[in-house]
Amino acid sequence: MSQRLREVIAGVFSEVDVVLAYQQGFDKLHVTPCFMTMPEEINKLVWNPLCAHNLTSYLPSLKKKKVAVVVKGCDSRTIVQFMEEGLINRENVVIIGIPCNGVISVNKVLHETNHEPIEDITFGENGEISVKTLKGEKTLLLSDVCPDKCKTCQYPTPIVYDRLVGDPITSDKSPDSVYADIKEFENKTLEERLQYWEQEFDRCIRCYACRNACPMCICQDSCIAETRDPHWISQRSTLSEKFMFHMIHALHLAGRCVECGECERACPMGIPVNKLKRKINLDMKELFGYEPGINPEDKPPLYTFKVDEATIKEHKI
Amino acid sequence: MADTGFVQKEKLEEFLRELSKDAVVYAPCLEGDTVIFKTFDPGTTLCLDRPANNPPKLAVFPQSETLFSFKYKKDAEDPRKMSVELEANTDFPRAIIFGARPCDAKGFRIYDRVYMDTNTPDPYYQGRREKTMIATLCCSAPSPGCFCVAVGGGPAHREGSDVLITQFEKGYFIEPVTEKGKTILNAPQIEDGAQYAEEAHKRQLESHDLVRNPFAEDGLPKISRSLFDLDEFWEHVVSKCLSCGACTYLCPTCYCFNITDEQSLDIGERIRSWDGCMFPHFTLEGSGHNPRPTKFKRFKNRVGHKFLYYPEKYNGVIACCGCGRCIRHCPVSVDISEIVSYLRGSRFEFTNEPPESIGTDTNS
Ligand code: SF4
Ligand code: SF4
Ligand code: SF4
Ligand code: SF4
Ligand code: SF4
Repeated sequence: MSQRLREVIAGVFSEVDVVLAYQQGFDKLHVTPCFMTMPEEINKLVWNPLCAHNLTSYLPSLKKKKVAVVVKGCDSRTIVQFMEEGLINRENVVIIGIPCNGVISVNKVLHETNHEPIEDITFGENGEISVKTLKGEKTLLLSDVCPDKCKTCQYPTPIVYDRLVGDPITSDKSPDSVYADIKEFENKTLEERLQYWEQEFDRCIRCYACRNACPMCICQDSCIAETRDPHWISQRSTLSEKFMFHMIHALHLAGRCVECGECERACPMGIPVNKLKRKINLDMKELFGYEPGINPEDKPPLYTFKVDEATIKEHKI
Repeated sequence: MADTGFVQKEKLEEFLRELSKDAVVYAPCLEGDTVIFKTFDPGTTLCLDRPANNPPKLAVFPQSETLFSFKYKKDAEDPRKMSVELEANTDFPRAIIFGARPCDAKGFRIYDRVYMDTNTPDPYYQGRREKTMIATLCCSAPSPGCFCVAVGGGPAHREGSDVLITQFEKGYFIEPVTEKGKTILNAPQIEDGAQYAEEAHKRQLESHDLVRNPFAEDGLPKISRSLFDLDEFWEHVVSKCLSCGACTYLCPTCYCFNITDEQSLDIGERIRSWDGCMFPHFTLEGSGHNPRPTKFKRFKNRVGHKFLYYPEKYNGVIACCGCGRCIRHCPVSVDISEIVSYLRGSRFEFTNEPPESIGTDTNS
């Protein structure tokens, strides 16, 4: 796969200014995004299940350049959503799609290996991952250490692409499984849910990694969390301020969140911030029958206004 | 009183509860799978196995603190006149940071020069700092990203610590470093530590060589000014940065703050809260002009502050303690030690290849 990907990238270099791909990071457990501008850089390329980052996050900021980007199925939903919202120039992007069998959650691997530094990690053909630490070697299954989104992935093959590396895969996961965890959570009492979120948000340091990693966060430098004028949220680090930031963050993504999980992956304090957004997305699906990032012709429901919403019963007064 | 002490493993929580009687104790606690420095109380689960995700800086330099509260009052005689009442908050509790790492403790020394060792010391920082005892746990093995030895520290470095703790299978060897630290030996859970001293010192030396040193050949890294001032260099090395700010909030040596008035009607508070040079608002001027408008300019400041400006001002001391948090917890694995390696000396001409001492593997 890496070899084929390398050839495809070599083939597009002449058409673009920069290629967004992955290279080895600071240790064996981390790969890192890589902006290739010279063909010789292709030898830095890494492609393996550690390539979890959603590289399309960089596209809006590179709008003026011609960019080739490597995407997995889930990542491609971001591009579709960008197209729906007019955030990129599609003709400036060369999408190199890769059908995907799942990626790795670094945090889950660390959990399994007791947070021992990883000396080496190798990937088998059938989803086995062998991890070596000073304390010994352990075999893990991709299905056990993938982020939750991979367990219910409906779109393993990119929805849009210009080149496809590998054969398309169809999902064998039930569509009902996607929000099963959210529905289960909804069964808790209001107090239980409040308590859950208070405990989680208490350790938020308001670093905004979740916001900046999110490809769909577009207020950018005018984010409510930091603007002084108007001064919506104080700079105190109290629970209520944190709560407020997260509620607004989630509401701004209502029916726009492509559920890539970058917000959660980025959080240095291990806060499950994606859960809130998925809850709202579930509501959007039930209310408007809309799923973000699936069809470039769609418009996000909150971008439109209709006096009579087809799927919402009006309160007749 | 003995010179050193020892606490049995089973007695550690009881020992911390004892310390909590007359001080706020901060300790690394496990929440889910995350290790967080926070106030210790019964019911929290300690985790001393790896450095906490956040540094203990919050104990001395809280994320947000009230400098003073204010109240506007109308003059009863002349309603056009207002007076302001101010009330400053400088009554700080005694505090103990238990289980800081040597890098964390050294981090406080970086702050001290700025906030205390000047002719205009900061009363808030100084007030807390003087009432805080730092009990540091020596590292037995580095965590991914650690490079303390490359910036003048080490896994048993004593700078900034009042007490040094060495971990044994059965418990903790406790060794005061400063006068302030000696009081920790008063707790009833403490036994005489003499029999462990020799072995502890051996262990302390052992872990030093396990830590990676990305700047090995140079001793402390010296930055090449010509490369440092090259915009293309910064654009290239930080193109993947998300400008989030996690690296600054998690850094035990980042000390920048912001001041805001949080007011409602006629009462309010002036608060000081963490800021970070990675945020665009950091240098946004009142006029709307921003002298550091792009992320690479902001990143240049971060590296410059730690490895160039601070050392220039304070006798070559580097304002990075090599804790590796910004590397471990950066969402896109930006590696400051790699960037500084590029910048060392002028012998590295700028190419897109990393210097050999770092080496990016190419898995296929
Ligand atoms: S990334 Fe985590 S800690 Fe940072 S602001 Fe978001 S939720 Fe809070
Ligand atoms: S909110 Fe989270 S999951 Fe949704 S698009 Fe943003 S980063 Fe992805
Ligand atoms: S270096 Fe990493 S943690 Fe720091 S601002 Fe950039 S992306 Fe965020
Ligand atoms: S710059 Fe990074 S490695 Fe250095 S002290 Fe700060 S967080 Fe630690
Ligand atoms: S950087 Fe050094 S002192 Fe800090 S945790 Fe790592 S080994 Fe310990």
